[in-house]
Amino acid sequence: MTELILAIMGICLLLYVVLGGADFGGGILELITGGKDSGVVAKAIAPVWEANHVWLILVVVILFVAFPAVYAIILTTLHIPVLLALIGIVMRGSAFTFRHYDIDEEKPMAIYTAVFRISSLLTTFFLGVTMGALILGEMTTNYTLGFFRVYIHPWFNFFSLSLGIFLVVLFAFLANIYTIGELHEPRRVARFTRWAKYLILALVAEGLVVFLAAEVDGLHLFNAFYHSPVSMACVALATLALPLLWTGLKRHSRNLLRIVAGFQTTMIVLGWFAIQLPVMVRMSDGNDLTYQSAAAPPQVQYYMLIALIVGVLIIFPYVGYLYKTFKFSGDAPLVK
Amino acid sequence: MDELLAARYQMGVSLGFHIVFACIGMVMPWFMFVAEWKWQKTNNPVYLDLAKAWAKGVAIFFAVGAVSGTVLSFELGMLWPTFMKHAGPIFGLPFSWEGTAFFVEAIALGLFLYGWNRLSRRAHLYTGMVVGIAGVLSGIFVISANSWMNNPTGFDWVNGQAENIDPVKAMFNGSWFPQAHHMVIAAFSATGFAVAGVHAILYLRNGLDIHARAIRIALAFAAVAAIIQPLSGDHIAKNVADTQPAKLAAFESLFETTTSAPLLIGGIPDVEKREVKYGLELPGFLSFLAYGDFNAEVKGLEEFPEDEWPPVPIVHYSFQLMVAIGTFLALLGVIFLLAVFKWKHWLEKRWWLKLLIIALPLGFIAVEAGWIVTEVGRQPWIIYGIMKTKDSLTPMPGIQYTFYLITAIYLLLSFIVVWLFGRQIKILHAKYQKS
Repeated sequence: MTELILAIMGICLLLYVVLGGADFGGGILELITGGKDSGVVAKAIAPVWEANHVWLILVVVILFVAFPAVYAIILTTLHIPVLLALIGIVMRGSAFTFRHYDIDEEKPMAIYTAVFRISSLLTTFFLGVTMGALILGEMTTNYTLGFFRVYIHPWFNFFSLSLGIFLVVLFAFLANIYTIGELHEPRRVARFTRWAKYLILALVAEGLVVFLAAEVDGLHLFNAFYHSPVSMACVALATLALPLLWTGLKRHSRNLLRIVAGFQTTMIVLGWFAIQLPVMVRMSDGNDLTYQSAAAPPQVQYYMLIALIVGVLIIFPYVGYLYKTFKFSGDAPLVK
Repeated sequence: MDELLAARYQMGVSLGFHIVFACIGMVMPWFMFVAEWKWQKTNNPVYLDLAKAWAKGVAIFFAVGAVSGTVLSFELGMLWPTFMKHAGPIFGLPFSWEGTAFFVEAIALGLFLYGWNRLSRRAHLYTGMVVGIAGVLSGIFVISANSWMNNPTGFDWVNGQAENIDPVKAMFNGSWFPQAHHMVIAAFSATGFAVAGVHAILYLRNGLDIHARAIRIALAFAAVAAIIQPLSGDHIAKNVADTQPAKLAAFESLFETTTSAPLLIGGIPDVEKREVKYGLELPGFLSFLAYGDFNAEVKGLEEFPEDEWPPVPIVHYSFQLMVAIGTFLALLGVIFLLAVFKWKHWLEKRWWLKLLIIALPLGFIAVEAGWIVTEVGRQPWIIYGIMKTKDSLTPMPGIQYTFYLITAIYLLLSFIVVWLFGRQIKILHAKYQKS
């Protein structure tokens, strides 16, 4: 039963990365490309971003109901990066909505746009940093060790910071690939295709940096991957899919691109799960919290599972309908 | 600043900010649904404009409500990790259901806002209703979690640990129903009067037909809600008397246990001297309201150790304010119904529109006061009778800085939202002046 709840939580997190990540990536992409095509990106995000955002809320709820100790320790010791990510979430969502609905005047629009872009980047970065801290294992519950050691050191290190950057590049890449599918004008397609290529290269390079930074911080990530056949398979599949992506870019094939990029991201997330589990939070004293040790009592899990299964049966088809309406059917203009 | 106080302030600011957007997000979809339904029925384009204008409002409020709600789901753990570690599994079940309801709301809203020409007329109309139903449901689920903090059931507390957890019993705790109806009705009343107030200002200014129609739709909901709210309030007061006698005593600054206790109107409590100055007393009415019997005994604060008293003056003033506003809005509700069924010309009168303008902020002030009554009234407990707020505080120092930061951000957002609405109204009027 615990495994099933964990799996649902994993799927929610995965969907947040694959769908919500592209929304964050939209802002990052605007930032790094100077926003020449910001209209396209915004239009692609507008109908779906709030629904995509709910995956994160589901992850949090599952966490505090089914794995309360994990929730408590993460939010105590990683208070600072989580707070920064939250502020980013608030600023970004608000600025995006304001930009969408306010009168089209130069000055306010410039401010909304700037806030939207910068907070997209910062939120993504701090989410990545938080993830990095969970993997690295410098977290401690010995609160006498001093502010820096307890509340800063676990996330302020090469590995966590480079994972933050990796997530930024990954989300920008996702947004870029998804956006290509919405474009028709050849010049724009060419521009986004060029950017896609840069981002793929940056992603591979930054991936290597993450592995090196891990070694610097004493985390033997190469080794961990090497000893986990599932993780190896995930990395191999994600890499092997690169030529397919290249083909998709050449042929401007909307569905192929989306499927391949989504698949690669899924492989990256699954690869992480495979090296991380059964540990949920790695602690510096070795008393790691595993999903078994942190799990709530069985009767709690039982009733939560019922709620989740009913939820999934309602949400999945409805999300599918949302995407079908806006992403995979004709081009009737969106009306504000 | 004291860490505990800073954390409580931060929680209060975050909840106080979120609740406004949450109320509007769950009630305004009903207004836009009615406006669209009237448009489809009458073909009067004014209703379509109204539905679209309101939909923009809903989009802005919903977005800010969603992100500030996200902050809360994390903040509970960032400020009160010990509480969440123990309470999460017990009161988490309604949150799991709320997740689904909120998801449905977000999807339906996306379809509604952007689907004007992608969905059929009928599908679009009912999508609006789905937004409203899902919004109300998610509100009701969240209330269950809060009511559990006031009336914790469904577990045994053994040596500082929860055992024999029964999440279903916890979810269906005895305070859920009274708190849920009181809050949902309050949301309809507060949002309805706020919307009516805004349109009353505009109607007085330019007399456009669209505003008169908007006022009627909003008040149809608000009047009914405001009129039944005193009954709901009576039910919840009896529930508080039953389950949290110290809170009830704080409402009324009742220091001594009294038979045929008087209902106090106004008054300045002096906690040290244990007395109230300048209050108006209605003899026996507190006993009657709390237990349905004019001679019943009502427990005073003296029955509880002083370190388990809530901050009496704040709770007292907030309670009085809430009740006073509730009474006033109920009166406005009665006037509106009289006007609709008998004296239609009242609706055009200046005095009526001015009353509506006065009522504009009142509903939300009452909502905020009500939450202060519930939350501050439960202090010093975070789980009533089980865990104290100070024992669940995060060990991280410097919470005052995060409190300042969050407060500054929410203040800024509040100003921008108000300013934005001024601009939205200009867009609407510009359209009418052209045609």
